[in-house]
Amino acid sequence: MTLASQIEIVAPRRRFRGFSKLAGNRGALVGGAIVIFFVVLAVFAPLLATHDPFASAFTSVRKPPSAEFLLGTDEIGRDIFSRLLFGARASLMAGVVSVAIALAIGLPLGLVAGYFGGLVDGAISRVIDALLAIPSLILAIALAATLGPSLMNAMLAIGIAATPIFVRLTRGQVLAVKTEDYVEGARAIGLPHGLIIMRYILPNVLSPVVVQATITIATAIIAEASLSFLGLGQQPPNPSWGSMLNTAKNFMTQAPWMSIFPGGAIFLVVLGFNLLGDGLRDALDPRDH
Amino acid sequence: MTGGGFRCRPSLSKKGPDAVLKLIVRRILLALPTLIILSMIIFGLQRLLPGDPIQTMMAEESDPQVVEFLREKYRLNDPIPLQYLAWVGNVLQGDFGSSLRTGLPVTQMILQKLPITVQLASMAMIMALLIGIPAGVIAAVRKNTMVDYAANAVALSGMSVPNFWLGIILIMVFAVSWKILPASGYVPITLDFWLSIKSMLMPGFVLSTAVAAYLMRHTRSAMLSVLSSDYIRTARAKGLLSNAVIIRHALRNALMPIVTLSTLLFGDLLAGAVLTEQIFVIPGFGKLIVDAVFTRDYAVVQGVVLFTAIGFIAMNILADVLYIVINPRLRHPQ
Repeated sequence: MTLASQIEIVAPRRRFRGFSKLAGNRGALVGGAIVIFFVVLAVFAPLLATHDPFASAFTSVRKPPSAEFLLGTDEIGRDIFSRLLFGARASLMAGVVSVAIALAIGLPLGLVAGYFGGLVDGAISRVIDALLAIPSLILAIALAATLGPSLMNAMLAIGIAATPIFVRLTRGQVLAVKTEDYVEGARAIGLPHGLIIMRYILPNVLSPVVVQATITIATAIIAEASLSFLGLGQQPPNPSWGSMLNTAKNFMTQAPWMSIFPGGAIFLVVLGFNLLGDGLRDALDPRDH
Repeated sequence: MTGGGFRCRPSLSKKGPDAVLKLIVRRILLALPTLIILSMIIFGLQRLLPGDPIQTMMAEESDPQVVEFLREKYRLNDPIPLQYLAWVGNVLQGDFGSSLRTGLPVTQMILQKLPITVQLASMAMIMALLIGIPAGVIAAVRKNTMVDYAANAVALSGMSVPNFWLGIILIMVFAVSWKILPASGYVPITLDFWLSIKSMLMPGFVLSTAVAAYLMRHTRSAMLSVLSSDYIRTARAKGLLSNAVIIRHALRNALMPIVTLSTLLFGDLLAGAVLTEQIFVIPGFGKLIVDAVFTRDYAVVQGVVLFTAIGFIAMNILADVLYIVINPRLRHPQ
């Protein structure tokens, strides 16, 4: 142990290599700006909202956009702009929380499977193979149905459905990093496995995981909107872009604005995360191009 | 299926099919543990379901004798491992159980709905190939021009647009405002071929966007790597016309990974059909699972999920085989 504490093993720092490149990537900048815009809308929703998102009024049912109702009103007279702002909270939270769940389960499993190999790897990999065979939206629908419809359960279902990708990605990265000299060195001086994983392996497998996480946030936001659209996510009267679209589809001809804005919001925020993910990939992994 | 790949390469025909057969057997054997674990997961999911399925089925009326009869009939009184084995035994014989709601065999329900979704997914795949591959080729050839940037922007939008929203917008434009396409519904292809195709145009396109975008990106990068290779430079040096080089030499090689990718993406299309069918009121596979979820018809949910997963694994194996068939170099490990 004393020897171990004297020797400092220097792992190459790869994490921030691409930061300046990222700043020079136009797509990533636009994507980042879109994401920040929606985060600001979501955080300051109570301040920015012009109306109470829950207040219905029979005098203002299905009104087109106007100075009073910026984006019009819905089928029971609620202000769509205000509901969109609060809906941004549900969407962004769903994106971030489900990816956090997927990371919390997937990253450790991938690290363990890749690092220890053998039986542990075999067992984890077989289960992941099985889960990967079920298309993630169908898995999420089945899970959300099993758990019961609510925003929390939808996030859990999406998170679990997204986990296999992270396990497989992390495992593959660990296998590549494991044979590097600095890991061999750390093992040779007898450092405990936990420390080797946390200090020498984890930081060097993170880049592709971060890229994947960013892109998965985009997928998760669409998945949450899809589940809410099917009635398996956020429950009424709480606003969610997906459930707003679900009611809006019944008023396509009478009130097209009810569909246009929530769907446009989903499109924009997903586009933002996809642009950011692409930019991150270019910046962090130049070998791909 | 394998015949086409060998016709022009007689020297390989002796060894070729053998290698392909071996590969198929090996891949199926490798898939077995996956399938077993998969069946356990899907079966276990049912155990997580809160509430008694019989109670749900019976609603308020619950004669204890009838409940007991049904519990016996659906083997709900047996220990869980026994229930699992009985279920797997039936599945192996093609019996996915029967719907708790309609009493119909799940296999029959799936087989009834499947052709509809396969038609939708095929339409989407054809559209995706027709859009994605030419767009990818053009983007690669005109790399770093406005055309390339535009193609990339459209692809990124295709990946970001939610299917159900695009569906609503298209219905508003083409069915409500312009009245040139039917808004929803499904016409069997045997009943009226053209009307069937016409009613599938919008849903097919909506379903195709993400796959088209994916194909475009992959075609572009595959073309870029092929275009920078030596034999393309040689072909150009020989004085071959640029278009001929692109199509006869570059595209042919770039297409190999695209063919396998398309096979895998077809599975995605079947899954993505869930939302598209919901919007366009198409009575397919996707609508079956959504309806089953809402009526807590667990046998149907279980059957659909298992069926999809088996289909997905089969597609994976098919992709591997296709890869070998169209790329003879891989048949002889060095």
